[in-house]
Amino acid sequence: MLRRYSVHLILPSLGGLLVYSAYEELLGLYTLSVLMFMGVNIILSSSLNLVNGYMGEFSCGHAGFMCVGAYVSSLLGVWLFAKDRVFGAPFLDPDYAIYAFPFIILIGGIAAAIAGLLVAIPSYKTRGDYLAIITIAANYIIISSIENIGSIGGSRGFMGMKRVIGSMEDIADLPWMPIWVFIFTVGTIWVLRRYVSSTFGKGVSAICQDEVAAEIMSVNTNKMKTISFMLSSGLAGIGGGLFAYIIGYVNPGSFTILKSTEVLVMVYLGGMGSLSGSVLSAILFTFLLELLRPLGIFKWVIIPLMLVIMMQFRPEGIMGKRELGDIFPRLKRFYRFK
Amino acid sequence: MMLSVKDLEVKYGNIQALHGISFHVNEGEIVTLIGANGAGKTTTLMSICGITPPRKGEIAFKGSRIHHLKPESIVQLGICQVPEGRRIFPGMTVVENLEMGAFLRNDKAGIKSDLDMVFDLFPILDQRRSQLGGTLSGGEQQMLAISRALMARPRLLLLDEPSLGLAPLIIQQIFEIIKKINKESGTTIFLVEQNANQALKLAHRGYVMENGRITLVDKASVLLENDEVKKAYLGL
Repeated sequence: MLRRYSVHLILPSLGGLLVYSAYEELLGLYTLSVLMFMGVNIILSSSLNLVNGYMGEFSCGHAGFMCVGAYVSSLLGVWLFAKDRVFGAPFLDPDYAIYAFPFIILIGGIAAAIAGLLVAIPSYKTRGDYLAIITIAANYIIISSIENIGSIGGSRGFMGMKRVIGSMEDIADLPWMPIWVFIFTVGTIWVLRRYVSSTFGKGVSAICQDEVAAEIMSVNTNKMKTISFMLSSGLAGIGGGLFAYIIGYVNPGSFTILKSTEVLVMVYLGGMGSLSGSVLSAILFTFLLELLRPLGIFKWVIIPLMLVIMMQFRPEGIMGKRELGDIFPRLKRFYRFK
Repeated sequence: MMLSVKDLEVKYGNIQALHGISFHVNEGEIVTLIGANGAGKTTTLMSICGITPPRKGEIAFKGSRIHHLKPESIVQLGICQVPEGRRIFPGMTVVENLEMGAFLRNDKAGIKSDLDMVFDLFPILDQRRSQLGGTLSGGEQQMLAISRALMARPRLLLLDEPSLGLAPLIIQQIFEIIKKINKESGTTIFLVEQNANQALKLAHRGYVMENGRITLVDKASVLLENDEVKKAYLGL
């Protein structure tokens, strides 16, 4: 009984606690935004883990897909529900924003998934380092395309998303962003968990371990790669959309190769091929960045240094390939998460 | 006729690996293909499975041509390969490896009973259920590779050098099992081997391959007595 329902109990109560404390303003805006970035980082690192960990490829263009999701959902949201310089009056009644918001974020994800084809198709014939170069190129292509579309602000960026959130809060006075970030984060992990623990998803690990053997065992490697790349970049797009709405402003400069590297660091810190590792390291990494904020620029000396030390003494990351339940088998008695 | 190959030619870039080979395998038979390193044996198997598509020629399974199909459709028709060097998935447990063999199947009950079947065939794998494939010994890995292929419920099982790098005692055990699979479930077997002595003792018929051409065809027992075969492959 307990084992079966514990996750169903813990997650809503955790979410409820978050929403309640945001509503009652028990948490400052600062703490709340750190928590929301944690959620976005969890989405980013766990989705990249699908490609870099489970599939064994090396993608370093994750921020590019995040960028596509961020722009598409921002533009769509503002066009539909907010008065804006570029689009003029809202296309629909802003009252509907509250219902349409999850779909806007999802459409951003779908757009990013389509952009993921940019990497998926070359991956049929290319592997390893060469594919890594293609992913970097894809990141650049996306960034510079957006920089060159003047009507949506180019490199100056695009804003107006706060008004969409505002019109949601006008309908029902709830902390909407924390709610959606929480739901999408849990949803992402659930989807990925289902995917990698299914027989179909294990085909992904099979490709990583021996591509020819996988093909002999009737795994359609091209189909598998396409689905995995698209799922991974689609989830990154969802993360990007949430990121844009949390800040209320997007510019291409936030999604450069540096951001991709940050996500890579989280994946390797947590352990490749471990979802719980990605979640833990995203939390840890976000927390660490904030903790070391007073150090100013030295932060970027200390964190990389910690990484160097980590790679020396524990190259497999915090969790390695294992999940939480493998390290503490007793925990399995209390929860089941699929 | 279960499998028939006609004038098969395969090229890797400019290098011709197979120069138009033809052979056939009847239902219920064990047929072996022997030859030295680089003769083109593995290439033959890989092109039957659709991994290296042929330049010319024809491969037919139960009368219908299959050489234009994708690997997954070929497996679905009932051809499965135990690849050279075993190629099990090292980071997956024994059970997960076996599940990969049943990748396209949806019948849960059937998969379960086939799992029991292979554990019956190789009791050692039952003991190693949740051990990672990479930590098994060579012989156990070979058993796992065979079991994994059996999980696809093949009508035709292709084996590529199952004796590679194994101790003589284990080789004998593996060959016994191959015989048993053929006898008990009527699975047709096409065995590629360098260990000509063992392979010819097991098989009904044999083909000898040299430099991408088939040079000899006969009953296995006749080939065992053939002077050329004796000199070249049996070291007698």
